[in-house]
Amino acid sequence: MKPQPLAPARPPADKRPRPAAFAYLKAIGAILWKDLAAEYRSRELLSAMLVFALLVILVFNFALELDFSTRRTVTAGVLWVTFAFAGTLGLNRSMAVEKDRSCLDGLLLAPVDRSAIYFGKAVSNLAFMLIVEAIVLPVYSVLYGTSLFSPGLIGVILLGSVGYVAVGTLLAAMAVQARTRDVLLPILLFPVVLPVLVSAVKASSGFLQGLALSDILPWINLLVVYDVIFIAVAFMVFDFVVEE
Amino acid sequence: MIEVHKLVKRFGMKTVLRGLDFEVGEGEFVALIGPNGAGKTTFLRILASLSRPTLGEVRIAGHRLPDQAAAVRRSLGVVSHQPLLYGDLTAEENLRFYGRMYAVAGLERRIDAVLETVGLASRRRDLVRTFSRGMQQRLAIGRAILHDPAVLLFDEPHTGLDQDACDMLDGLLRRVSGQGRTVVMTSHDLARVEDLASRFDVLARGVIAASTARSALKRSNLLDFYRRALAETA
Repeated sequence: MKPQPLAPARPPADKRPRPAAFAYLKAIGAILWKDLAAEYRSRELLSAMLVFALLVILVFNFALELDFSTRRTVTAGVLWVTFAFAGTLGLNRSMAVEKDRSCLDGLLLAPVDRSAIYFGKAVSNLAFMLIVEAIVLPVYSVLYGTSLFSPGLIGVILLGSVGYVAVGTLLAAMAVQARTRDVLLPILLFPVVLPVLVSAVKASSGFLQGLALSDILPWINLLVVYDVIFIAVAFMVFDFVVEE
Repeated sequence: MIEVHKLVKRFGMKTVLRGLDFEVGEGEFVALIGPNGAGKTTFLRILASLSRPTLGEVRIAGHRLPDQAAAVRRSLGVVSHQPLLYGDLTAEENLRFYGRMYAVAGLERRIDAVLETVGLASRRRDLVRTFSRGMQQRLAIGRAILHDPAVLLFDEPHTGLDQDACDMLDGLLRRVSGQGRTVVMTSHDLARVEDLASRFDVLARGVIAASTARSALKRSNLLDFYRRALAETA
């Protein structure tokens, strides 16, 4: 290594006035950018989620051998089981990357409120989940002969994914501390996320069966409420979850 | 710059730090030496705000932990035996990421300067997973000084490095510890820290068992000092 002179010391960042909200959003953006850039290189997380999701819908397709009318009733359930299982893989991997090389410590050392780390990870987990869903939906439509491209259904998928990722990111951060994290996350996650999954299945099913919006609205309201609750709880407790 | 009073850290029934007192002035380079399991890493993790003290008071750069942790973290650069770098990002992408997390102003210029400092400017676009352990550790130092912190904490930074890489790291440590920075480095390798630090504190049984300035030690006498300190606390 050639000896190089040190760059002249700059005034510390804390002496420069910056709105706290700007730094907060910048940290969230930085984590999202980092996760997307790392995934673009490795393709570990998305490929695992995608292959798993496609296998699940393929297995259901052959196992159920449904007629057209029955398909409409089970589609929502099959879809959400697929999303939930694939999502668990993604959540586990996303936190394991941080833990395996102690990069989580690097994140925790940053001078931002630790909830920014939670939101950064949650937003990137949501992005991965939405990418998988965007690929799974057309494949499912072809395999099951059911059109899934209704704005209502897509809205429900978005709301359900937000709730799933909100609680999943928090629990993944908790589970990643344990040696049995791969097993622990689904055990922790599924009982807690059940209200989101039930609401999402009911609302999706309603849209697929062409029910009136008034019949579906209670489930959508429930989804929104759970999303808000899970995000609020995660915001409040993430700091304690990641600290020793 | 660093003030620690009556620090206690318990993990369940096990007490790792037992009323530890520790002070470091501005610009000092303190080597915290002690046997394995003495609590060096635990202590450094508390200073780095990665772990909460059970009891006691910790102040860094005038800010108290854990209440003012964000302000403390702004004045800290931390290097541990893990580089805290992402293998699937390049060297400059890693620095860019951490620079954004620290809201470093003039980030691109700062990245250039830091990569020059740690001698990795020519490898800036290479993925970190292709780096040797020594190069990763140099980049870790670059990450730690990116936001120009007043205090640097090194937790056994030589772990896993070969002799050449250790020598290279030492040169870098000397340079980055200059410019009035306060440095605390843990190690159990006395030979390695003997020429680096200006003060040596022996951590044993959860307290600072002994402390001496380098100027008060005769050359190659650190081992005797260390053994005496351990014997007195046994």
